[in-house]
Amino acid sequence: MEDLFIISDAIQEEEYIINMGPQHPSTHGVLRFKVSLKGETVLGVEPHCGYIHRGIEKMCERLTYQQVIHLTDRLDYLSAHINNEAVCLLVENALQIEVPERVKYIRTILSELSRLASHQLWWCAFGMDLGALTTYFYGLRDREPILDIFEETTGARLLQSFNCPGGLMNDIHPNFIKRVKDYIVYFRKKLPEYDELLTGNVILQERTNDIGFLTLEDAISYGVTGPSGRASGFACDVRKHHPYSAYDKVEFKEILFDKGDTFHRYKARVEEMWESLKIIEQLIDNIPEGDFVVKMKPIIRLPEGEYYQRVEACRGEFGVYVLSTGDKYPYRVKFRSPNFSNLSAINLLSAGHKIADLVAISGSLDLVIPDIDR
Amino acid sequence: MNNEQLKEKIRSIDSNIEITDGPQYVTLSVSPADLHKTALMLKTQADLSFDYLFCLTGNDLTDACSVVYHLESFKHRHCIVLTVKTANRENAVLDSVCDIWITADFHEREVYDLVGITFTNHPDMRRIFLNEEDWVGYPLRKDYTDNNIVLR
Repeated sequence: MEDLFIISDAIQEEEYIINMGPQHPSTHGVLRFKVSLKGETVLGVEPHCGYIHRGIEKMCERLTYQQVIHLTDRLDYLSAHINNEAVCLLVENALQIEVPERVKYIRTILSELSRLASHQLWWCAFGMDLGALTTYFYGLRDREPILDIFEETTGARLLQSFNCPGGLMNDIHPNFIKRVKDYIVYFRKKLPEYDELLTGNVILQERTNDIGFLTLEDAISYGVTGPSGRASGFACDVRKHHPYSAYDKVEFKEILFDKGDTFHRYKARVEEMWESLKIIEQLIDNIPEGDFVVKMKPIIRLPEGEYYQRVEACRGEFGVYVLSTGDKYPYRVKFRSPNFSNLSAINLLSAGHKIADLVAISGSLDLVIPDIDR
Repeated sequence: MNNEQLKEKIRSIDSNIEITDGPQYVTLSVSPADLHKTALMLKTQADLSFDYLFCLTGNDLTDACSVVYHLESFKHRHCIVLTVKTANRENAVLDSVCDIWITADFHEREVYDLVGITFTNHPDMRRIFLNEEDWVGYPLRKDYTDNNIVLR
C-alpha cells in the first residue's frame, strides 16, 4: 500500500504532455495544442498550425484582383464580407477610384450584419464550450434571419463575395431595408436574453473571472486585436482610428475594458453587438440613391508599388498587403490575419491555469482556424 | 505626428536611413546590419514609440529577399513602414526583432517557412505551417515548382 502512494507522488511531480486536437471540439477546427501539464495545471501550450494550410497567398499570385476576392472569403469565413471589402478598398485606393456613397453605406451595413452574425455564433459556441448547451439554440435562432437577409441580397449565406472592385456585384434586394429594420427591432428584444441566460450565470462567472489575464503592454506587443485586445484596454478599432467606407459618418462607442481577463473578453463581444445594432440603425434609413458600381476596366493593373489596407474584421484587424509590378496579377499578396496574432498569446494566457481553463481561454479568443493557416 | 513631421524627426535622429514616400505611409529602408538598431530606436524613442507591429511580410524579389514591417504607435497613432533587403537570396539571413515586438515570433516563423529567410537570435526557428521533417523548398519563392499546383 505504501509503495502505491510513492508512485502516485512521482506521477504528480512529472511533467506530462498531451495533445489537444487536431480534432478536439474546443479548438473549433483543425488546430493542435501541445499542452505540458503538471497534474492538472498547464505549464505551457505550444500551438501547432498548418493542418488546413491551403497556400492561399501563393494561389493569389496566379489570379487577377477580381479573383483574389473570392479566396479571401475562405480565410475567416465568418467575416467573409469584411475580408472582401479589404481587397476592394485596396484596389480602389490604389487606382484612386471614388465609389458612390450608396456603395459605402451598403458595405458598412453588410459588414456590421456579418459582425453580428459572427458574434452570435461565437457566443453560442463559447457557452457550449463551457457546458451550456442551450446557448447554442439561442444564438443560432438569432443568426438565421441574418443569413436569410444575406441570401436574399447576395445569393449566398456564408461566403458572399458580394463586393467587387468599384462597388457591389448587384444592387440590394427591394426587401432588404424592411427586413433589416424588422431584424433590428427583433434582436433588440432578444439581446438582453443573452445576458439573462449566460452572463450572470454563476458557472460562467466562476470559470471566466480572473482567468487568462492579458495586460495592455502584452496585448500591444503580441498584436492581440479585436474584442480580445480591447478587453485589455488596447484601443485598436480600425473603424474608429482609421475609418473607411461609411464609418466616419456614424456614432458608435469603442468598447474598452482594462481588466483583460476571459470574462471581459466575453463582455466586450456582447457589448459590441449593441454597437453594431446602433451603426446599422443610423445607416439603414439614409442609404443614398445612386449606382451600385463604378464601371471598371475588365483587366485591373495596379501601378507598381506596395499597397496596404487595413479593416476591422470580426476578430480583429485584418490587413492586405500587395506588392505590384504593374502586371494584371499581384506579385505578392500577404494577408495579416487577426487570429494568427491572437493565437500567439495563448501560451502567455493559459500558463499556470488548469487544463479546463484552457478551453475557456481559447474560446474567449474566438479563433477561426482557416484564418490562422491561410 | 503626420508624415512630414515623422520624416523630419527620423532624419534628425539618424541621417543614414533612406526615407521614401509611399502611397500611404513613410517608408524607411535600412541595411541588414542596422535593422535591429533601427527597430529598437523606433520602439523606444519617446516621440515615435512604435509599439505595435501589425504586419510582417517576407518577399522574394528574385535578386534578393526583403522583409516589410508595418508599425503603428498606440500612443501617437501614426504609422510607418520599415523595409530591409537581405544581402543575397540563397542564404538570406536577418536579425530577429521578436525581442522588441513579441508578435514577430510567429510572423518570422511564417516568413522562414514560406519565403526561407532565417532570423538569427530567434528563440524557436522552425517551420510553422509545413512539415519540418519532409517539406523541401520554400513555397513563396518565385522559382519554387510543385507538380501538384492546381492553379496554372
